[in-house]
Amino acid sequence: MSVHQISVFLENRAGQLAEITGVLAEHNIDLRAISIAETADYGVLRMIVDDAARATNILLEKEYILSMTPVVAVAVPDVPGGLAPVLATLAEGNIDIEYMYSLFTHVDGKAYMVFRIGEEEKFKSLLASHGLKTAEAEDLGIK
Amino acid sequence: MAKYYQPEIETASREQILAWQNERLVKQVKHVWENVPYYRKKMEEKGVTPDDIKGVADLHKLPFLTKDDLREAYPYGLLGKLLSECVRIQSTSGTTGKRVVAFYTQHDVDLWEDCCARAIVAAGGTNEDVCQVSYGYGLFTGGPGLNGGSHKVGCLTLPMSSGNTDRQLQFMTDLGATIICCTPSYAAYLAESIHERSLQDQIKLKAGIFGAEAWSEEMRRDIEQKLNIKAYDIYGLTETSGPGVSFECEEQTGMHINEDHFIAEIIDPKTGEVLPEGEKGELVFTAITKEAFPLLRYRTRDICVLSRKPCSCGRTHVKMSKPMGRSDDMLIVKGVNVFPSQIETVLLEQGYPANYQIIVDRVNHSDTLEVMVEMTPENFSDTLGKITEMEKQLVAALKTMLGIYAKVKLVAPKTIARSEGKAVRIIDKRKI
Repeated sequence: MSVHQISVFLENRAGQLAEITGVLAEHNIDLRAISIAETADYGVLRMIVDDAARATNILLEKEYILSMTPVVAVAVPDVPGGLAPVLATLAEGNIDIEYMYSLFTHVDGKAYMVFRIGEEEKFKSLLASHGLKTAEAEDLGIK
Repeated sequence: MAKYYQPEIETASREQILAWQNERLVKQVKHVWENVPYYRKKMEEKGVTPDDIKGVADLHKLPFLTKDDLREAYPYGLLGKLLSECVRIQSTSGTTGKRVVAFYTQHDVDLWEDCCARAIVAAGGTNEDVCQVSYGYGLFTGGPGLNGGSHKVGCLTLPMSSGNTDRQLQFMTDLGATIICCTPSYAAYLAESIHERSLQDQIKLKAGIFGAEAWSEEMRRDIEQKLNIKAYDIYGLTETSGPGVSFECEEQTGMHINEDHFIAEIIDPKTGEVLPEGEKGELVFTAITKEAFPLLRYRTRDICVLSRKPCSCGRTHVKMSKPMGRSDDMLIVKGVNVFPSQIETVLLEQGYPANYQIIVDRVNHSDTLEVMVEMTPENFSDTLGKITEMEKQLVAALKTMLGIYAKVKLVAPKTIARSEGKAVRIIDKRKI
């Protein structure tokens, strides 16, 4: 199963992030990655959690504006230069990255990067052809 | 130095003014009855004929006209003359849904320019003056009105129109402008620009005639001090010709209404009853000399007070206070009329909920307009670029509708304040 990111609309005001993480804590939802893109007035909070469906339902109930987006998680060796081959692959395929960030999860000396890519299938097959691995939800111990 | 442009009119006795008004009103009602079917129908519905109107005392029998009538009758429904007899139109600023088009015969233009000339002379203008007109020229009445008045007074007229501050200041200094006509916020902006560039010594201004938007006494003092001038208020609306319906004299305690051309009433905006002098209410104008666009009992929606207390300037025409508010929800932002309904229309067209809040403020003497809109699941995206792209489209659509820039602020749902279940649509933070 592919990895799902939850994106939440955030106003730029003090306490917004505390509120939302508070809600997740209350329901024992584990955050695996978090990233924020912002303008002067608002932002988009992007999260990977251990149970995306449950977290989504909880947040919807609290009337947050959100969306679920499939993203590509890629395992990279947690050593200097580990990420470079992945990005070289993207450059080679002339593929644009919409955004990327890292997961907290480490397994067997590997770190994980999350990519949001328009041409997802092309990206995946290019990675495969270079012997690079994408991670599925179960690899990360999430659903 | 002439103190008045038309002394025999501006200082006429109250009896004389009333006699003019009686005679002109009777004639005007006949003119409208015979030439404006739209208004005639309104009179018939109210059971009034021209025979019932023998003078100002009968004015209250006539039906009102509102902006809605003007829209319904757009464009020619309230025309009182053949188009072949008209020489000009003017129109309200950039308001697609509520545009008002007013028509003028040459005679109408003449009288309008007379009114503006009175305002310029009241501000100390003579044929020795250099009058810089920095109101917008075009459909907006500000530029053309003051331009015409300035010609009549014999000032050297600089038809600058609005904007391009560098050029404004160059002409002001090179040609030694002594009178400036523009919106008060632009005057404040010019004053600041002059100080920033240390041009104070090269400025010869003595007076400014500022209108088309609300301004406070505090702002007046600020402009007067910074530009070392006396600042005069001027009032008007496209429907009644434009600026010059009323103007301030040196006393600066209200604007003399040109009563030989306009009869002013104050009514209760709820009941339509005429209120006694001195009471606060909605200002209603009857144009008694206009030929092409002869509006009778036009409701301005401006709330103000009339005063007939004798004025030290010697003018005998009634004075109106600065408008203290509106009896509808129209906002005047940067001199432009803004209706919340226009903003609502744009939001719905662009796929946003009609739950919004309009915040008007004045920063450094310049109006700002912000529209708070709630984000929706449909408009939300995980990609910031898509949200900002939608925001840009909304800003552009608002600009097209309103004619001015409005900042858009996207907020989370249910964050827009509601009081007693009803959303507060407008927050006007300007202290005017």
